[in-house]
Amino acid sequence: MSQKYVALGALLLLAGCAQNGPPRSTSAAPAGERVAEPWKADPFPSTYRAYSGVPTLITNVTIYDGEGGRIDGGSVLFSDGKVQAIGRNLSAPAGAMVIDGTGKWVTPGVIDVHSHLGVYPSPGVKALSDGNEMTDPTTPEVWAEHSVWPQDPGFSRALANGGVTTLQILPGSANLMGGRSVVVKNVYARTTQGMKFPGAPYGFKMACGENPKRVYGAKGRMPSTRMGNIAVDRATWQQAVEYKRRWDKYEKDGGDPPSRNLGLDTLAGVLDGKILVHNHCYRADEMANVIDMSKEFGYHVTAFHHGVEAYKVADLLKANNICAVVWADWYGFKMESYDGIPENLAILQKTGTCAMIHSDDENGVQRLNQEVAKALAAGRRAGIVIPDEVAWEWLSINPARALGLSDRIGSLKPGKNADVVLWNGNPLSVYTRPDKVWVDGALLYDAQDPKRRPVSDFELGQPGEGDVK
Amino acid sequence: MKALLLCAAALLSGTAHAETIAITGGTVAIGDGSQPIPNGTVVIRDGRVVAAGANVPVPAGARIVDAGGKWVAAGLVAGFSSEGIVDGEGIDETYDGAAGKSVFNAAIDVSTAINPTNQSIAVDRSWGVTRAVVSPEANNSVFAGQGAVIDTGADDAPVTKARAFQYAELGEDGASHIGSRPASYVMLHDALAAAKSAARGGGDSKNSLITRADAAALLPVVEGRMPLVVHVERASDILQVLSLKQAYPMLKLVLLGATEGWMVAPKIAAAHVPVIAAALADLPEAFERTAATESNVGRMQRAGVMVAISTVDVATEAGQRNIRQYAGNLVGISRVPGMTGLDWGAAFATVTSGPAAALGLDGEIGSLRPGRRADVVIWDGDPLELSSAPVAVWIDGVPQPLTSRQTRLRDRYLNPQEGALPKAYEH
Repeated sequence: MSQKYVALGALLLLAGCAQNGPPRSTSAAPAGERVAEPWKADPFPSTYRAYSGVPTLITNVTIYDGEGGRIDGGSVLFSDGKVQAIGRNLSAPAGAMVIDGTGKWVTPGVIDVHSHLGVYPSPGVKALSDGNEMTDPTTPEVWAEHSVWPQDPGFSRALANGGVTTLQILPGSANLMGGRSVVVKNVYARTTQGMKFPGAPYGFKMACGENPKRVYGAKGRMPSTRMGNIAVDRATWQQAVEYKRRWDKYEKDGGDPPSRNLGLDTLAGVLDGKILVHNHCYRADEMANVIDMSKEFGYHVTAFHHGVEAYKVADLLKANNICAVVWADWYGFKMESYDGIPENLAILQKTGTCAMIHSDDENGVQRLNQEVAKALAAGRRAGIVIPDEVAWEWLSINPARALGLSDRIGSLKPGKNADVVLWNGNPLSVYTRPDKVWVDGALLYDAQDPKRRPVSDFELGQPGEGDVK
Repeated sequence: MKALLLCAAALLSGTAHAETIAITGGTVAIGDGSQPIPNGTVVIRDGRVVAAGANVPVPAGARIVDAGGKWVAAGLVAGFSSEGIVDGEGIDETYDGAAGKSVFNAAIDVSTAINPTNQSIAVDRSWGVTRAVVSPEANNSVFAGQGAVIDTGADDAPVTKARAFQYAELGEDGASHIGSRPASYVMLHDALAAAKSAARGGGDSKNSLITRADAAALLPVVEGRMPLVVHVERASDILQVLSLKQAYPMLKLVLLGATEGWMVAPKIAAAHVPVIAAALADLPEAFERTAATESNVGRMQRAGVMVAISTVDVATEAGQRNIRQYAGNLVGISRVPGMTGLDWGAAFATVTSGPAAALGLDGEIGSLRPGRRADVVIWDGDPLELSSAPVAVWIDGVPQPLTSRQTRLRDRYLNPQEGALPKAYEH
């Protein structure tokens, strides 16, 4: 190991620290003497910067604060990219833009924890199909951010029609271990680094069930069954445990640093609690298998995505502190989704399980508020009474928690990022659309102003450029 | 159990109840483009609508159903879908929509495959979908075959109209099957020529690649007795399809998808060709949809195009029931500056009489106008609003069960924990 590499490692560690807060020492050795554990660095750091905004006071609105609170006839004040106050009778500081929101609603920006925008962008041509590295059932070494095309027109639709301000872009589910996710601000940039949420923990995409066994079974290789899925997973986790043990030993005892394995870096990051597992898993019984596997190898599943049967094991998920990430009403589009029901979210909520909506779809991401409305209504008809403002947690604070970002986004608490949507009516109505959307206090969509409507490079000079969408 | 008995009663009762039913006091949504009528009355008898609207007298002896505070609406007509011909989109073993291994195409009659006990039929029925347009999928030809219009009733006779239309792919999807757009047109012209030749008793179809059965199936298309539903998205493809009328003047064209229809809307209107549009397509998901906007439907309607909507090009993973949500969005966008939507009555018509009219069936289904089949849904609120759900459904005048596997699963798992016996004993 060259001195140059060691220095670079130290530099990366420091770069990581700058974004992640104070370093947690994993070793008794003084910093700089050892190569840092490679999964703690981010070699593709965010270059996102908040765009400029003006101090803004929105008055006379109904507020869903994103963590269960509601204020009627309320006001929201934000400046310097942060929420300053919410309440009643707030006064505007000098020079503030004041918006009378009579008849309108304000919520935190919508968070979609499961998107493939950028990795499966529009147009959906083969040349842009970059979401599944379908050449090996475990590819923990691939990172979604290296596939994201920041010019995907879908980002603008999610902003303008859906009020979406933060997205987790995941690799697809062809593989048992699909790779790292990336969390992005829904703000166009020339590079993916320019969209990347500063300091957001990485996610790690895993998949249960039909997809991996179908894809690799068709290639005549393992896994071709669900038992094969788990066997390949376990064998891979075992390698990760041994890899991390080598690094732990090196951190403790010194000597030559272990040779680096990019895939095992990611898995070691999971075992170290630094990278959050987002596991595509439809069936209740498979979730239980994954939970046991996670205990065997010492990692935690942050969330099961597409959990159409999560309602069947809501208690098990709660007991294991795992979130359920679900659609409102998708079902029956494959065998493992046959038992989906519209009451899924409501039953999870009733059980006290962390639950949230997601889209997995470039159209659905434009209407996540409507999906929540349907799930809420289904619950009420089943006798599960959930207030509107509590249901809004399914697209704000709960996804923020699943992304490890609840200290920065997901509610309108003072000090949090000013990701704010002004809706032109009740956002749980089919007739409502965003009127204005701010990201970090910058006005990036305004229904009243065609200049505040992003047009991706792809759409320039094409029919429909700059049109309402 | 009660649901099962109701279901059995429906099965035994045939297609219609002899009694006269007057549904009173609700907001009536007729489905013909008119606005909702507060405190209206709907009278049905012998499986048909007698009258609907304001100031409709309740016939003597009629059984009165009080719909006060609710909405009484025409049943939804959804599609294009594989309703009843697949048990789950990805469950290939059950799918009868594609026939890649068959030498036949235009002759395929999808009505032979409809399974009325299919679970998606029960789910969609409970969400107010009373009729569905079922279409085969093209494989080795521009022609997919003959689609059907079905009802979602809990009985053993699901087919409203078999061979209701011929389905053709002439855009990017067609080109991907055939090789190119021009090759698709060669195949189309060759097949229609073979159909005409076969009708004249000519044997020269041996020079065509089309089978005798397929040629025979295309004759009613050429003669204008069967609508030809053509899926295209791009403005230039739409104009190509419209120009087919020059070669085949009797053709009854229907455009499906038509994401770029707004760009050539006056020409579509002048050709009197109805459109069943992709409801909310607003992304350039393919190069042939570069100009996609949610305002497409509204702009076409303003240009005088007869327009309905469908679930093509949007996620259908939730089934056909969400067609009402898409219609609601078309109302919603009317309030966004620069966007063009529909008023409520027009939006509701896009999912009721609209698709029926496009297929020439609006005299039978799709609205509560007198004489139509009595497909009536009582909703607990505005049928386009997300919080609303049906509380009663009639199809052909027959009351329908609102239960499905989904409601059974819901009831079983409302409390997820297992009790004294496993969940399998809770039924």
